[in-house]
Amino acid sequence: MITEALLLSAILFVIGTFGVLVRRNAIIIFLAIELQLNAVNVALVAFSNLHGIDGQIFVFFVMTVAAAEAAVGLAIIISIFRHYETVDVNNFNFLKW
Amino acid sequence: MQLDFTQPLDYWWALLPEIILCVFGMIVLIAGVTRSSLEEEDGDPSFSHGAHLGWLALVGVLLAGIANGWLYGVQEVGDTSMIAVDGFRLFANWIFLVAAALTILISFAYVHRQRLQAGEFYSLILLASAGMMFMGGARDLIVIFLGLEVMSIAVYALTAFNRHDRKSAEAGLKYFLLGAFSTGFFLYGIALVYGASGSTNITVIGSSVSEGLASPGLLSVAIALLVIGFGFKVSAVPFHMWTPDVYEGAPAPVTAFMSASVKAAGFVALLRVFLVAFDASYATWYPIMWWLAAITMVGANLMALVQSNVKRMLAYSSIAHGGYLLVAVTAANQSAAAGLLFYLLIYTLMNIGAFAVLIGVARHSEEHMRVEDYSGFGWSRPVLGVVLTIFLLSLAGFPGTGGFIGKIYLLQGAADAELWYLSVILVLTTLISYWYYLRVAWFMWMKDSEAQDQHDLVQAPLPMQLALLATVAFILYTGFFPGVTIDLVNDSVHGLGNISELVPGFME
Repeated sequence: MITEALLLSAILFVIGTFGVLVRRNAIIIFLAIELQLNAVNVALVAFSNLHGIDGQIFVFFVMTVAAAEAAVGLAIIISIFRHYETVDVNNFNFLKW
Repeated sequence: MQLDFTQPLDYWWALLPEIILCVFGMIVLIAGVTRSSLEEEDGDPSFSHGAHLGWLALVGVLLAGIANGWLYGVQEVGDTSMIAVDGFRLFANWIFLVAAALTILISFAYVHRQRLQAGEFYSLILLASAGMMFMGGARDLIVIFLGLEVMSIAVYALTAFNRHDRKSAEAGLKYFLLGAFSTGFFLYGIALVYGASGSTNITVIGSSVSEGLASPGLLSVAIALLVIGFGFKVSAVPFHMWTPDVYEGAPAPVTAFMSASVKAAGFVALLRVFLVAFDASYATWYPIMWWLAAITMVGANLMALVQSNVKRMLAYSSIAHGGYLLVAVTAANQSAAAGLLFYLLIYTLMNIGAFAVLIGVARHSEEHMRVEDYSGFGWSRPVLGVVLTIFLLSLAGFPGTGGFIGKIYLLQGAADAELWYLSVILVLTTLISYWYYLRVAWFMWMKDSEAQDQHDLVQAPLPMQLALLATVAFILYTGFFPGVTIDLVNDSVHGLGNISELVPGFME
């Protein structure tokens, strides 16, 4: 069971990584990052089957941090939308990317 | 006083400086919303309404410093608690507190002039510093992760703080997306370390790795992922792409803060994790660190040569300094760890000092950042000119400044580990860096001003003068009399690993 769960987590993580690298919409990129974090959660829960409760407790911290990150991240996306009227990262070239 | 961490209250005592900073962060935040900070627009930037909040934040930093000094008298029992109470952490705390204090001092006029929300600004600086202190003191990967996020989220917000400026918003978005992306890698690395060793405690991981209980395959992947995560935070080449953009776009005091203490926090946590938890798998991460250090030093110094914007040049310079510090991580012995702490302290002071003058020249906005804007600056504002020249010489590593002693000390660590190639690269890239630092100094002293009144509007109010005086004094003091500081850093690194002695001349 653990092998399958770890495989699932690795697949989710890779999908998230590709999402960040390929997609150009800031909100979709952010969603892909959240997918990465949740892939980590799957791995932590799987490992805690082997090593005890620590991993599952860690999952709560990860979820809390993801929520805090979402709050600040969406605020930043709104503030950039006010300047550019778009959230496509290809358009943000005021600074040399 | 002894702390054995059997009772939860012991953690409260061990975390006293962090708690004080968090409490003051919230007090400043609440005090900031009780009155509109847009009153008294024309008041003195050092003492108007927004400035009260700045002085209040400074009181918080001072109290946290007192608590940190008090912790020197506290002994911890055992070495598996989640929070370390050792010299390494306490010295790292000094660096973060000094950086926070200096950042607040140089922000007064900027916050006033740009009409930033003073309460949020200062409280975010305090909270970010608390996160850094958690990172430096953590002996558990969960705490490191939480500290990293407390720091990062606060700094994302600080980067995008100037909402009227589209550059600031863009820098904030870039920093946020890449920072969160790197957090994903870091976290996956932690999950795999936990899977391989069965614990998140650094000391426990260390013993299970050295007893060979951890599965080596899983561990190597985990180390690679952790290197990527830390690499983004300390902006090592090739994970540096965000750095120049973000440093250029962020408000200047925030850039000073980021380039000094965010980097310091990354390095302190990196050193503790790799020296204590992964000392037995040195052979796995040694080559990775070696190449990161070499590419970072060469790449960043070459790219800094072609910059015409001083703020962007300082961004590349900060990447290059990260490369010098990676040499110390690669060397992984006591003298290198001491050198890393010493260099981080000096680097924090000289970098924030240089940015302070930059803010003055930019007249508290984000203009006047070209090298040409400095032509004739030295002759029309002699004091500021001399001060900036000292900072530039120290950044370049000129004898008689703290930067020189720091580099010597890093080289000492590298020589103890017999890293001859890296030492040569360090010296050669330092010589390259003389060009772009001295170019600014050359414009300041050897060129005539472009216009008669070019530097009339340059401002350096009282708090900034205080910050400049303190930094210049300390840099010259350590440049000529480094003894006291060196004794202190040497005492601070006891208990960390000393692994490269086990494998002398490894690979070289």
